[in-house]
Amino acid sequence: MARAVSNRTKVVNTVIAGTLGFLMFFPIVWILVLSFKTEEDAIRAPLEVLFSSGWTGDSFRAVMARSDYFKYFSNSVIIAVGSTFLGLLIAVPAAWAMAFVPGKQTKNILMWMLSTKMLPPVGVLIPIYLLFRDTGLLDTRTGLVFILTMINLPIIVWMLYTYFKEIPGEILEAARMDGASLKEEVIYVLTPMAIPGMASTVLLNIILAWNEAFWTLNLTAAKAAPLTAFIASYSSPEGLFYAKLSAASIMAIAPILIMGWFSQKQLVRGLTFGAVK
Amino acid sequence: MATKASRTSARLMMSPAVLLLLAWMLVPLCMTLYFSFLRYNLLQPGSGNPFVGWENYYWFITDPSFTAALFNTLKLVGGVLLITTVGGIGFALLLDRPMFGQGIIRIMVIAPFFVMPTVSGLIWKNMFMNPVNGIFGHLASALGMQPVDFFGQIPLLSIIFIVSWMWLPFATLILLTALQSLDQEQIEAAEMDGASWVNRFWHMVLPHMARAITVVILIQTIFLLSVFAEILVTTNGGPGTATTTLTYLIYVSSLLQFDVGLGSAGGVLAIILANIVAIFLMRMIGKNLDA
Repeated sequence: MARAVSNRTKVVNTVIAGTLGFLMFFPIVWILVLSFKTEEDAIRAPLEVLFSSGWTGDSFRAVMARSDYFKYFSNSVIIAVGSTFLGLLIAVPAAWAMAFVPGKQTKNILMWMLSTKMLPPVGVLIPIYLLFRDTGLLDTRTGLVFILTMINLPIIVWMLYTYFKEIPGEILEAARMDGASLKEEVIYVLTPMAIPGMASTVLLNIILAWNEAFWTLNLTAAKAAPLTAFIASYSSPEGLFYAKLSAASIMAIAPILIMGWFSQKQLVRGLTFGAVK
Repeated sequence: MATKASRTSARLMMSPAVLLLLAWMLVPLCMTLYFSFLRYNLLQPGSGNPFVGWENYYWFITDPSFTAALFNTLKLVGGVLLITTVGGIGFALLLDRPMFGQGIIRIMVIAPFFVMPTVSGLIWKNMFMNPVNGIFGHLASALGMQPVDFFGQIPLLSIIFIVSWMWLPFATLILLTALQSLDQEQIEAAEMDGASWVNRFWHMVLPHMARAITVVILIQTIFLLSVFAEILVTTNGGPGTATTTLTYLIYVSSLLQFDVGLGSAGGVLAIILANIVAIFLMRMIGKNLDA
């Protein structure tokens, strides 16, 4: 900063931005509060909830005691992590080739890959549903891993491509001059330099896959349903459920919130396909 | 410098990704197109699925819920875009100013983007917008007012609000990134020369952000056209067709009425609609790739 800013200005900015920021964040704070209340307390007026009711971890226990909670959670983990790593496996060679051995068609291929992302999922809902039904993939984790891999593959390729592009080509040439084989080049030169970019790609894609709520809701029933579907089951509840819904929601979003905070910068790159840096 | 051998291996390395994406795009697309010309309902097996030409398109478009869904989609996308773009510019300008604890404040603003759609839908519907037990309801009673029945009286507006809450962080984050690449010295020079805040904003800051704003609008449009879970868990498209969007309408004809032909015709229309937006977005990104 070339210009000195008075503390007074800073305080005013902090108060305004802090208030607005807190308002955006408030729903999350509020479900965190409700998740530690009894069901009877959770529907009382906000001030009573805060100041004249006890705290309890019962809702978390109740949600986790449901025989199937762990199943939903592990489905979410398997689907998000599985699709991300399968995608990485397919995308790394492709992005590597496009970044280091660019041909005349590289740009067109990249743009075309991106265009597959523009296809609205609902436009292919029926064929995918029927194909899954006929091949027995409906309501299986394998099926969802496959779908989410295909959905996020363009983003993975693009992110890796932009990261690989930043690795200077001279280093590779130097390695080649020193007689490194392609295999050695990849293992000893490229991989160490590419790991940060790959880590952020993994992070962003786990977030996107974890929160995906079109295919996960439409292609699963009892067996392969992840947390998105588990939470959706609270849309037609019986009896009081605010505290339990809050506890379940907190458990469903907490891991991703934490990962998201670490990947803010990569988020911009990944979601704008390098158009904003 | 690339040798012939490396060119060949490059092609081999690309082929799994290219072939898979090609199959993922072409196979379902051709099937949707094909089904859209058949009379094909899963609830009436054995009808032989005869070819019926444009009949499905005719029924889909002349159905009054199609017109309603089209307008609801436009209102939802337009409303959310307006709120998130204007709000995003405001938030970005605010967060770019010097302050204490900027990192923490930014984290709070961005957080809603990481909340899964079914959670956002349900917590707003129950904990906030429920007229009896929600915070807004409690607030209204405390002030002696009649609580608003959000999903009964203003269903579409309520959904626009919820979706905006989820996407405002996205717009803010991207616009803030763009803003931070603005040359501060230029702004200060303009300030010294006596340019007012409005002038600096209008002639320097806004043009600098123009590209990022376009990107935000286009990318959000792609995602907003497919909003689904938020509607499913809050209103189920109702009351009546008040919150039925094109995506939701196709879902209803496909997986609730099992009308493959009709759903496919709707799917083709949705693809065309999304493609109109996609063409503009691709041009923007393609330009950047050259630079």
